[in-house]
Amino acid sequence: MSNLFEIRGLKSEIEGKEILKGFNLTMQGGEVHAIMGPNGTGKSTLASSIMGHPKYEVTEGEVYLNGEDVLEMAVDERARAGLFLAMQYPSEITGVTNADFLRSAINARRGEGNEISLIKFVRQMEAKMKELDMNPEFMHRYLNEGFSGGEKKRNEILQMLLLEPKLVILDEIDSGLDIDALKIVAAGVNAMRADDRGFLIITHYQRLLNYIKPDFVHVMMQGRIVKSGGPELAERLEAEGYDWVKEELGIVDETVGQA
Amino acid sequence: MSTPTTSFGREAAAKLARSKNEPAWLVAWREEAGQLASTLDLPKPEKTPIHRWALDVYGANRPGQAVASTAQLPQAITSLLPAEAKGALIVQHNSSVVYTELPEELKAKGVVLTSLEEAARTHEDLLRQHLMTAYQRDEHKLAALHAALWNGGVFLYVPRGVEIEEPIQALLFADDAEATFVPHILVIAEANSRFAFVENVNSAIGDTETTLLHNGAVEVFVKSGAHVRYAAVHHMEKAAIDVSYRRAVLDNDARIEWIIGDLHEGNTLTDTKSILKGNGSNSDAKIIAVGTGKQRVSLTTQAVHFGRASESDMITRAVMTEEATAIINGITKIEHGATKANGQQTEKVLMLSPKARGDANPILLIDEDDVKAGHAASVGQVNAEQVHYLMSRGIAKTEAERLIIYGFLDPVVSEIPLAGIREQLQRILERKLG
Repeated sequence: MSNLFEIRGLKSEIEGKEILKGFNLTMQGGEVHAIMGPNGTGKSTLASSIMGHPKYEVTEGEVYLNGEDVLEMAVDERARAGLFLAMQYPSEITGVTNADFLRSAINARRGEGNEISLIKFVRQMEAKMKELDMNPEFMHRYLNEGFSGGEKKRNEILQMLLLEPKLVILDEIDSGLDIDALKIVAAGVNAMRADDRGFLIITHYQRLLNYIKPDFVHVMMQGRIVKSGGPELAERLEAEGYDWVKEELGIVDETVGQA
Repeated sequence: MSTPTTSFGREAAAKLARSKNEPAWLVAWREEAGQLASTLDLPKPEKTPIHRWALDVYGANRPGQAVASTAQLPQAITSLLPAEAKGALIVQHNSSVVYTELPEELKAKGVVLTSLEEAARTHEDLLRQHLMTAYQRDEHKLAALHAALWNGGVFLYVPRGVEIEEPIQALLFADDAEATFVPHILVIAEANSRFAFVENVNSAIGDTETTLLHNGAVEVFVKSGAHVRYAAVHHMEKAAIDVSYRRAVLDNDARIEWIIGDLHEGNTLTDTKSILKGNGSNSDAKIIAVGTGKQRVSLTTQAVHFGRASESDMITRAVMTEEATAIINGITKIEHGATKANGQQTEKVLMLSPKARGDANPILLIDEDDVKAGHAASVGQVNAEQVHYLMSRGIAKTEAERLIIYGFLDPVVSEIPLAGIREQLQRILERKLG
């Protein structure tokens, strides 16, 4: 049995500056991993590099999803292979309704000749929107245009629910959410937990992890994982901050500013 | 092939009017216009050298065959008529109007829909009070030529308080490149009337060396409290030039919505202007254009505020492909005394190829302190972040770009009041954007 998801020695740079400096992680189906760390340690770069954002250049390393070489694939192929990134700052797109967008995304997976029927799609979308306590009018609004921060986050989770990916990366999904919205988003994620699906949760705060129980917690500094543990690690970080980790590892500057 | 006449003036204009047996006042009026045409210069749209365009073609009077029912119209025309349209309809074929249909119920309410040529006989007073008062004969050579040559045309009169459910449709069609094709649309919306008008300009002239010049004009007079939605889709072939001047004059609390698809395949010069005379009057203009080949497109939208608390919004969106060039001008003018006026405008150009060019020129001219005015303009390519976002959900790159480009135009497309015309516009977009 191959691993669900595996990252080996990943190095990535933006505008010539190396941010990820040899990142390693292995995940099995059914697992929830949390990546925590202060600002500027490369957390969002990790997410963007895995998804294939054009601004980031992967210079070294390998990424496998169910044994398939992710870095060989174009962005849309990665998504169709089962990768999903809930983005920190989703794009706003005028003129493309949320429903049209999601139907295109679903049909891209199903392939030509096997498109989802409109009625079935609408029913599915309505049901998932209800789960997330989203106003039905968001179906026909232009994609993310004029959405509040919280509405955008819910809309990311809505996409996750409808696209049923195998490996979900949540990049600071908790930022900008009040506690009620956080609970709804967490419930959405928990409902998706399955033996053949993994979650990689990137967050500053332990708060979200009260609602989505992680199996593993990793601390990221200087573009790589420097410490790993169980849920108790997140609790200690919340209570004591990151200084003790730096002290223990002899790290002066945790950001990727220094080599 | 016709040799373009290079001398057109007083005599030619009068001779043409007499040959069509027009009323004496109109013959004299055209004679004056012909005189002006021989002395005035071409307009000078920003950064568009139209003096190099073949604008000195006057064509020949080629009236189409008048018919008694739409079934008798040529197939090229009937295929452009939306099947579901059951309201009023008027069709111009080359140099004349060939069909007019006005439901009895509207006739009973006093609505008039005829060719403008017919109205020159039957509604002389109304015509003389309005015709080319918003777009004047002496503005420039093209205006004078239009006055001297206009043919067929549409006269729509909607009495006070009359509300019309179904959009009124005008189809202006040319399949003879040598024809004089100069329709004038005159719309008078009396106080508190309410209706939508859809204008569809189309051609079937094929590949020809002859230039078909559509030198068209629209004048809409919106009286107090009236509300007019004016939609236009222009799509002629490459061998045609589209010149379209559109004007609306708004009285107190009147409202006009312009919904324009300037999707012509050849060189295009359009100028859409609302004159907000009345207090509380309101103009909302939405215009899209798609340029292909080596097309030159000059699009101007204007709002002139005289009335207090008058409001205008203008949105122009253009997609330029291949080697097409678009110059987009937006002019908001607020006159002294138009207190509390609010004028906004946005011009956006999306360029899909390295040789496509676009230029957005927002201009605000404000002669009053107590007003609001704003503009935004952008010229750029398809946003890479947006493409990435859509691709990250599994949508292939070409499809992602297609969604974004159509989305860019959707704010206008979705507003077209007739479903059939909306679908036709979609088809044109698909053809132009590939």
